[in-house]
Amino acid sequence: MSSEEKQLTLNLKVWRQKDGKDKGQMVDYTLEGVSTDSSFLEMMDQLNEKLVVENQDPVAFDHDCREGICGMCSLMINGQAHGPESETTTCQLHMRKFNDGDTVVIEPWRARAFPVVKDLMVDRSAFDEIIMAGGYVNVNTGNAQDANEILVPKEDADLAMDAAACIGCAACVASCKNASAMLFVSAKISQLALLPQGKLESDKRAQAMVEKMDELGFGNCTNEAECEASCPKGIDISNIARMNREYFKSAVVSKS
Amino acid sequence: MFERFLKVLTSSVIKKQLMGLTGLLLCGFLLTHLIGNFLIFVSPEAFNTYAYKLTSTPLIYVAEAVLMGIFLLHLGLAMVLTIENKKARPVGYYMKQPTGRGSTFASSTMPITGIVIGIFIVLHIIHFKFGAHYSVTYGDVEMRDLYRLIIEEFQNKAFAFGYIVSMAFIGVHISHGFWSAFQSLGFNHPKYTTVLRCLSTIYAITIFGGFSSLPIYCFLQGVQ
Ligand code: FES
Repeated sequence: MSSEEKQLTLNLKVWRQKDGKDKGQMVDYTLEGVSTDSSFLEMMDQLNEKLVVENQDPVAFDHDCREGICGMCSLMINGQAHGPESETTTCQLHMRKFNDGDTVVIEPWRARAFPVVKDLMVDRSAFDEIIMAGGYVNVNTGNAQDANEILVPKEDADLAMDAAACIGCAACVASCKNASAMLFVSAKISQLALLPQGKLESDKRAQAMVEKMDELGFGNCTNEAECEASCPKGIDISNIARMNREYFKSAVVSKS
Repeated sequence: MFERFLKVLTSSVIKKQLMGLTGLLLCGFLLTHLIGNFLIFVSPEAFNTYAYKLTSTPLIYVAEAVLMGIFLLHLGLAMVLTIENKKARPVGYYMKQPTGRGSTFASSTMPITGIVIGIFIVLHIIHFKFGAHYSVTYGDVEMRDLYRLIIEEFQNKAFAFGYIVSMAFIGVHISHGFWSAFQSLGFNHPKYTTVLRCLSTIYAITIFGGFSSLPIYCFLQGVQ
């Protein structure tokens, strides 16, 4: 515990919804004794412990690694995806960013393609469907190739790595006023299109993934870059431009 | 084959690209329109003769039809995209705050500025193209005295002010639309994206400033 540790009392406004069919509503809770050293999700745990003791249903929310690497955590915190801090997932957000007596509004990601399962938990399997449509490379099985058999220019490797940093948390969709998934899809298209292994199927991939994304009911990008600003991994919208190029190229050139 | 073509044409990416392309073409039109209008500063004769030459070739009908087509496509796509975007989030947020690191005033008001511009264009065409028809003769050619109409119209202060405000809306719309079109068309590179963003602002200011200078000049012309 750090020397400046303080205890906060927070007024929480949390979205409660029994299941997919329930209408749901915001519910107010007052939570005392929140340590500034705890993480946002630990604060949620503390709320849930209190609710259990009071014989109430705990708040359902998504989380897994709590290390900022798995992309499971979500939450709109005071109207911002993953809260106010840039390049930070909710699990890495700390309560020292809040003040005593603050009102904290906590909501689930909102998008037609992400139905609420319960409370703050949404079904993000639409992202899996997009990946299944083309976010992979086909390789022959057998022995692994020699590490340096396929040469990759350093710049391309770096750009591909930047795109591959995407953890698929969907903060881009949540923060976009159009609920567009273009940052996610473009990151997945880019990480493969930039590498020789992915180039072979890049035509088909761009078509399949973009069209899947459209079919699932995500909105259209209006180039406002709120996604980039909310992305915990700092994925750049230049990936979206690359996806636009890839799609156009594939639509004009592709044989399929 | 046709099915494939339709699928591509109605995909989010191509719709955005068409939106950007038509937007850029309209930007180009605005610039040539502005340069033509600057002849008002030269002389009534220069301006009237320019307008006369422009409208007396039959090609003008083709040009007008193409321009109309581009405009309607831009408008139609804007409506389709906006409706789709609204549908993509049927349940809104209780609280939503911009990060301050992404969207701008211009980017978040595109549909609103667009609607105002659309209304302006209709009024603009009614007032000038279909406005009073004065005649003037230079040498032995009789032509429309558009110059006189414009000077007269801008004597109305409210009208002149409304015109300038509309130009501000166009400026705001362009300041996001110009670079945004390049992004949609796939141009984004560390080498030139900052330049494009700057160019977007410069273009917007040029269009706003250039067109706003006209009502001010015309109003002052009538005052003397
Ligand atoms: S819980 Fe894994 S990234 Fe937050």
